[in-house]
Amino acid sequence: MSALPPGAGLDPAVARRATRLWLVVLAVIGALLVIRAIVGTEVGTGDAARTVHGFGMVFVEPSGQGFAEVPAAAWADAVAQDPAQQRITLSWPRTVGVWAAALLTLAVFSFLWRDNPFYKLAESIVVGVSAGYVMSVAAWDTLVPKLLGALAPGFTKAHLMPALDVTATDWWALVPLVLGMLLLCRLAQRTSWLGVFPLAFVVGTFSGWKFVQYVESDLLAQVATMFDPLWVPGDTLAATIGGTAGAVLILVGVLSVLAYFFFSLEHRGPLGGAAKVGIWYLMITFGASFGFTVMGRIALLAARCEFLFDRWLWLIDPAGNH
Amino acid sequence: MSRDPRLPSLADRLDRIDRRWIFLAMFLAVAVPILWVGVTGRTFPESPTPAVQGAFDAVESLPPGSKVAISMDFDPASAGELQPMATAIVRHCAMRGHSICAMTLWPAGGPIIDATLKDVLGARPEYRYGENFVSLGFQAGNEGVMKQVNADLSAAFPTDARRTPLADLPMMKGVRNIADFDLLVSVSAGYPGAKEWVQFTVSATLTSGKPLRFVAGSTGVQTPQLIPYYPTQMVGILGAIKGAAEYEYLVNDAVRRADPAASIPARFQEAQRRMAPQLFGHVLMIALILLGNAVFVARRARGASA
Repeated sequence: MSALPPGAGLDPAVARRATRLWLVVLAVIGALLVIRAIVGTEVGTGDAARTVHGFGMVFVEPSGQGFAEVPAAAWADAVAQDPAQQRITLSWPRTVGVWAAALLTLAVFSFLWRDNPFYKLAESIVVGVSAGYVMSVAAWDTLVPKLLGALAPGFTKAHLMPALDVTATDWWALVPLVLGMLLLCRLAQRTSWLGVFPLAFVVGTFSGWKFVQYVESDLLAQVATMFDPLWVPGDTLAATIGGTAGAVLILVGVLSVLAYFFFSLEHRGPLGGAAKVGIWYLMITFGASFGFTVMGRIALLAARCEFLFDRWLWLIDPAGNH
Repeated sequence: MSRDPRLPSLADRLDRIDRRWIFLAMFLAVAVPILWVGVTGRTFPESPTPAVQGAFDAVESLPPGSKVAISMDFDPASAGELQPMATAIVRHCAMRGHSICAMTLWPAGGPIIDATLKDVLGARPEYRYGENFVSLGFQAGNEGVMKQVNADLSAAFPTDARRTPLADLPMMKGVRNIADFDLLVSVSAGYPGAKEWVQFTVSATLTSGKPLRFVAGSTGVQTPQLIPYYPTQMVGILGAIKGAAEYEYLVNDAVRRADPAASIPARFQEAQRRMAPQLFGHVLMIALILLGNAVFVARRARGASA
């Protein structure tokens, strides 16, 4: 089934009808939101119970040096006891945060309708915030303590990082500094050739590390398991049969997939048969990977849906937040 | 009465369906079970697989006071899948009285560590920072950090996340390198993560006198790559949200066995709550695959007959 992208290749009349239907769907969702606000949510217990015509609100109370979130029911109870109380209050920053997260989630979902400015806005915010956050972390967790702190410990301790536990200058830090500066030379056309030296250092070092570790963990350790006995006794007959069948299947799988990737001989006769078995193993492996990927994507969708229904719309309350 | 051949058949119409209907169907397949679970509070029973049971047994079999290192190598983008398993593992360690040393190789992992430790250990006054748990925070360097912790933990992490030298933390007494921990856990969403921990740290200890016991928790996308390492190079795997749900079930079951009257807070059943939408999402996906193949076969048969 080759489901079409929205509007592509459709008869104009059909496309108009589909658009009208979808506008109805969106209007229904909007109407449900309005009804949700009008109906409100009952919070609090007993005499303190009251209906709140809003959602996505976050209440806080002082805790330690900051504030901790409390359920809306706690706020309702506190207000019932003392209408003038100021201990539990509505946190506007956190409430705005919940609404911003909800609206940005919907903006990302809107891409499923078609590419639009709301999606672009959400995408740009994610990219910008992520880049800014990573730059900040890199500066304060790496550049300041490991480079500046190593080359100028006194200055760093006095002005940037009082908890820095370094007293002597480490001149070896000049090596990564120079390599880093050479890497920046790639930004200019005339000096870009200087950037190959740090790149060569990084690629060479990484290749050396990876080669050794791959041989150790992915080749030798995996080959060693191929020498395990095929007879796997278990506590029960079923466990014995299952374990033994599993060991045999793994051995057959390894040999048949190796046969499939053996191109020095034509895939005919026994080798061709083994290669076909290998194809089945590969397809089952790809299917398992696809299944796991589907599970992961549905898990992420479920997490966002739960956020929308719980934290934002207050339709459900599994954690007792409101 | 014969059908007008100019009219599109059902197979043709299904083949040209507006894909937004499929998106809506998937949204409903996920959203409705979430509402149902949220309203009723009911979750599905889980039957732990050997890989998850192995992870649970690895934590359970350690004597109280053992030192467990947990590397939370993920960011908020994967928290929907991985946060429940990180929470469940930390909670299980706390139930067993283990000391917890958390770290991350992902820049956005620091706040996740703080939130997880606060969520689980905040209500446990017996867990004191520095004595029973420590956060080493984020360290840049990917595999370089792993190589360093193999030899000298304090070279990779000179201080904890609060800038306290490791030597001043009572819990870190006697810990010189990663092999001095009784168990290493990696909850990871990709690179660097569980695969790199196996390659650069765990495998290096296999031939030593004290192989490092390792448990991995991973996203669905990453899990198939890790399965070959089980059980030789890792004693357990929590694969995707299903693995998290099974682990949560085992931990909650242990709580109920210890105290049948104990109530399980909803935040410790997050993964189990997510299994109902998984079920209906998968049923829809399988139905769509079957339907797609049926449409393909039907259109091919029509094409052949024409």
